[in-house]
Amino acid sequence: MLVIGVGNEIRGDDAAGLLVARRIRERNPSLSVIESSADPMTLMEAWSEESEVVLIDAVESGGTPGELHRHEAHERALPVDFFHCSTHSFGVAEAVEFARNLDRLPSRLTVFGIEGRSFSAGGDVSESVLSAIESLARAILEECETGESDA
Amino acid sequence: MTDNPKSAKTRTIKVDYLARVEGEGAMHIRMKDGVLDDVKLKIFEPPRFFEAFLRGRRPAEAPDITARICGICPVAYQMSACHAIENAAGVHVGGQLRALRRLLYCGEWIESHGLHVFMLHAPDFLGYESAIHMSKDHAAVVQMGLQLKKVGNDIGNVLGGREIHPINVKVGGFYRVPTKKELRPLAERLKWAADASEKTVQWVSELPFPAFEREYEFVSLRHPDEYPMNEGRLVSNRGLDIAIDEYEDHFEETHIPHTNALHSMRKGHGAYFVGPQARYSLNFDLLSPRAQAAAKLAGLGETCNNPFKSIIVRSVEMLYACEEGLRIIEEYEPPDAPAIDVEPVSSSGAGCTEAPRGILYHRYDIDENSEISAAKIVPPTSQNQKTIENDLWKFVPQYIDLSDDELQWHCEQAIRNYDPCISCATHFLKLKRETV
Repeated sequence: MLVIGVGNEIRGDDAAGLLVARRIRERNPSLSVIESSADPMTLMEAWSEESEVVLIDAVESGGTPGELHRHEAHERALPVDFFHCSTHSFGVAEAVEFARNLDRLPSRLTVFGIEGRSFSAGGDVSESVLSAIESLARAILEECETGESDA
Repeated sequence: MTDNPKSAKTRTIKVDYLARVEGEGAMHIRMKDGVLDDVKLKIFEPPRFFEAFLRGRRPAEAPDITARICGICPVAYQMSACHAIENAAGVHVGGQLRALRRLLYCGEWIESHGLHVFMLHAPDFLGYESAIHMSKDHAAVVQMGLQLKKVGNDIGNVLGGREIHPINVKVGGFYRVPTKKELRPLAERLKWAADASEKTVQWVSELPFPAFEREYEFVSLRHPDEYPMNEGRLVSNRGLDIAIDEYEDHFEETHIPHTNALHSMRKGHGAYFVGPQARYSLNFDLLSPRAQAAAKLAGLGETCNNPFKSIIVRSVEMLYACEEGLRIIEEYEPPDAPAIDVEPVSSSGAGCTEAPRGILYHRYDIDENSEISAAKIVPPTSQNQKTIENDLWKFVPQYIDLSDDELQWHCEQAIRNYDPCISCATHFLKLKRETV
């Protein structure tokens, strides 16, 4: 299994995906963990040899900060405008849809979104997001170690 | 969004938020009694004040601060900043350091042109809402585009430390230079990318192009020996031939009420055109034989006055950048030091380099405390704004009988001919068509 953290560490809660990836790597160095941009080809190459992939990114969907969203992206499209992205490059949702159309999705791709509150440049990660980071990291580690799918 | 009021006399097309451009802008077109009455490109991305907060900073900080203006062309900002500060200090960076800068710029051109050709502009020609929609029917082409873009990013990773906002560029050179071994894998990827770019030139040449041409004043750098990226004189097809530090004597910026991006004019001449089409039309002779041959095979002449064909020109430049990058890697010998020392002196320096979208001018005044006392940054998109509006002034009457939806589609395509980067220009896009 491959764990991919996506985010921007100098934009407040947008660091969430990266921080989850780092905690997982620290606690279980034997797992494949990478930090990545949401560039479609970078992601497709990263998971080209993997059948099971977990991807974590911050989201801004109007929910409660720290709220966890889980999407089985190999089954259906991610909600549009859900994941943080810039207008001139691609976000996770676009990258996943490119991969689906190009027939390059892993057989299982679980995408976790952590609802963020503030994405301002130079901002700190919110308290509620920090606790979500910790609980998601623990849940993914547990899933990896037990093979259970109930993160 | 399109409005078509019932009054036969009034017709408005407005796009409140232009898609597939970087940043936030709108377009507004108004027709009165079947005659085009008003065209406005409105850049409402908020002003960014970079020039103001560079004051009081050390010159060495300018490349990394200004790189933050844009996530697509950070290298352009770093290059123009470095050249301006080195110009102020009377220093010239040559040899392999100069070559590595050019290689990094090749990476940015490949990444930026790959993104625009395949992901932002091609869907316009083929009638798709987005590249994702296009990828269902054109999977092989989209895959090639994504791969090309990534080759550009990979050069940024190796030379810049990371693909976005590289961290390895400094005034005088780099913090660390690559080994020959580190560059070698890029050479293999560039060989593939050159072949893919050549196929791209052919593929885009078969797209349907509106019959539209204008007489432009093209402005770009011109260097005696090489297709321009970092250095040269500023030239045009209407007699301009100046050194970079004469830029402000010949160009002026004006604030226009409907846009947060300043409009640029060549003094006494008016609107001008910067970017791939200008570079190509002023420097065709300096392209590689392979890029020239691909352009000719695609039906381009040595100049190109149809802005819709900018997609072909970008593809030709992508081919050139792959070949040039490959050449630099093959000739690379690591320099003795990753940078040369540049001591700030109380002076003023100008730099202008060829960002993917056209000339990017920087000027810094450095005071006796070795701090920046004034900064001026003129990005390509702000220089092209008036030319984009002028294109629409000619284009809309030619296609005025189209339905609102079709006209809006073509107008947005006409704007994307310029690959406008609104975040850069703001100091800009939505379409609004109004019939009065």
